[in-house]
Amino acid sequence: MIEVSGISKSFGAVRAVDGVSFKAADGRITGLLGPNGAGKSTCLRILSTVLKPETGVARVGGIDLAADPLAARRTLGVLPHSSGLYQQLTGRENIEYYGRLHGLDEAALAARVDALIERLELGAIANRKAKGFSQGERTKIALGRALVHNPQHLLLDEPTNGLDVMATRHLRDWLRELRGQGRCVLLSSHVMQEVEALVDELVIIAAGKVTLTGSPAELADRFPGRSLEEIFVEAVRGAERSAA
Amino acid sequence: MKALFTVCRKEILETLRERRTLFSLLLGPLFGPLLFTAMINITVSRNLTSLDEVLQVPVLGAEHAPNLVAYLRARSIDPIEKHEVTDVERAAELVATGVYDVVLVIDESFDKDFGTQRAARVGLVFDRSKSRAASRVSRLRGAVDGYGQQIGALRLVANGVDPSLLRPFVVDELDVSTPASRSALMLGVLTYFLLFATLTGGLHLAIDTTAGERERKSLEPLLTLPVARSSLIVGKMTATVCYMLASLALTLVAFTIALKQMPLEQIGMSSNFGFATAALAFGLLCPFAPLGAALMTTVASFTKTYREAQTYLTFVLLIPTLPLAFATILNIEPEPKLMWIPSLSQHLLITTLIKDQPIDPALAALSVASTLAFGLAFGWLAVRLYRREAILG
Repeated sequence: MIEVSGISKSFGAVRAVDGVSFKAADGRITGLLGPNGAGKSTCLRILSTVLKPETGVARVGGIDLAADPLAARRTLGVLPHSSGLYQQLTGRENIEYYGRLHGLDEAALAARVDALIERLELGAIANRKAKGFSQGERTKIALGRALVHNPQHLLLDEPTNGLDVMATRHLRDWLRELRGQGRCVLLSSHVMQEVEALVDELVIIAAGKVTLTGSPAELADRFPGRSLEEIFVEAVRGAERSAA
Repeated sequence: MKALFTVCRKEILETLRERRTLFSLLLGPLFGPLLFTAMINITVSRNLTSLDEVLQVPVLGAEHAPNLVAYLRARSIDPIEKHEVTDVERAAELVATGVYDVVLVIDESFDKDFGTQRAARVGLVFDRSKSRAASRVSRLRGAVDGYGQQIGALRLVANGVDPSLLRPFVVDELDVSTPASRSALMLGVLTYFLLFATLTGGLHLAIDTTAGERERKSLEPLLTLPVARSSLIVGKMTATVCYMLASLALTLVAFTIALKQMPLEQIGMSSNFGFATAALAFGLLCPFAPLGAALMTTVASFTKTYREAQTYLTFVLLIPTLPLAFATILNIEPEPKLMWIPSLSQHLLITTLIKDQPIDPALAALSVASTLAFGLAFGWLAVRLYRREAILG
């Protein structure tokens, strides 16, 4: 369970996130949707504890991030926007490195990495250096790396960026599987069609503010006769008008 | 603590696998000794040349002073009589363009003036800015002067005057430099090579673990792990120090081997640079590694890309030269009030070591303590910088 209430963050004169509040429940996939520069990445960065909010409270699994960031990080798996691998390490070593930094002992680590390699179908690339990996392969390893400590919460910043159709389908399958295991999945995207089929809950964010929340079905009920994309576009326009 | 070692081990392993960085790691240890060998060999061959070789000097107007020519020939100076030098202007031209180092010009009226009241004239054409020719010029001048003194003494004797009347006193020179201390001048350059190799050994890692990691976008996921940022950056700096010490050790071994092959005795220098000295030098230079690692990491923390960091760190590589330059120009001796300056204190201690003089343990302790303290201060700064949100860029 991820809870965010009234968080704000500025960079110089730019207010990137302005009083954002939302919840992401366990066993659900929550989509943070918004145009480029809306504040999605900043929200996720605050939740992954690399940025500190100026106002508001963020909790992950009931842990206040400001009070105990290390404890929160233990329950978080993070796939940041375009996350890089260590080029000279193999796919497997990249995952193992994160496992060791999470404090897993060697026996548990080996078992866990074997399981991840099998589930994510990494067999072919597990023992190759990350140097020549395709975008899809990089994302697979980065996802394995984020899941190595079996986290309850998963943050993904535009995970389908640069993936081809097959890789995108695989990713969706894995995320549904994680949801089925009762995990809390929070992902961001700027493309409505991409998340429509996947998310249980939508948080539409524009100009640093939450403009609309609800499940796709609820939104469809509230705005009859309109596609989700039309609803999204209108919500964003409204927010940008009031911000300007 | 465990995380710190995990980070350190991974950085060492990753760097070991990169051929390009390993190459640059070896560059420092090999570059210094090679350059040094070349320098010593040139000095040796130049000194030997000027002592034993027959010096060929074009002589203009040799026919006017056959006795002088014969005198020079007896001192292994070979006066070339048939040559393209036709007059003084031509001689100046040929010396200026480097065809000859020196030309002897005997005045047309030398034989007429010789033995009269008028002093006969002899000219030397040379280029003072050419240091390579200096020893040849002074050899020729010495021989010509010697001839003049010999003739003068003979004339005094012929007139019934004791020639020693012209020498009211004699200057005795007592050079107290030992072979080891003469070699110190040249071997003093060694300190810089050693400090340089220490820094270049950690250059890649200092950049890679800060600016490089940020540029490759692997920093943000790393910072979401349940590890204190101080453990991450200290682990990275520890790996950097390991590479720096490896580079220093390699350089010392290379120097020890290279110096053993060099004909140092032939130029009146002796080197006591054996493996025991190298080990002591390693101990004295060790504290410089953490300081260098922390300094380079701190500087690299401010930069956005690998290339940008490289540019700034080139200047960091020059920092240890400053105290060394002052020490050489001012001919500074080790004293307590100077030993707190990193790189200068190492230079002074290594120079003492090479001169085969005893090292004052108090001065060595001061150097080690002060350098480590500077290292801690910069290390603390690097940790502070790594904790900033702006580290993500």
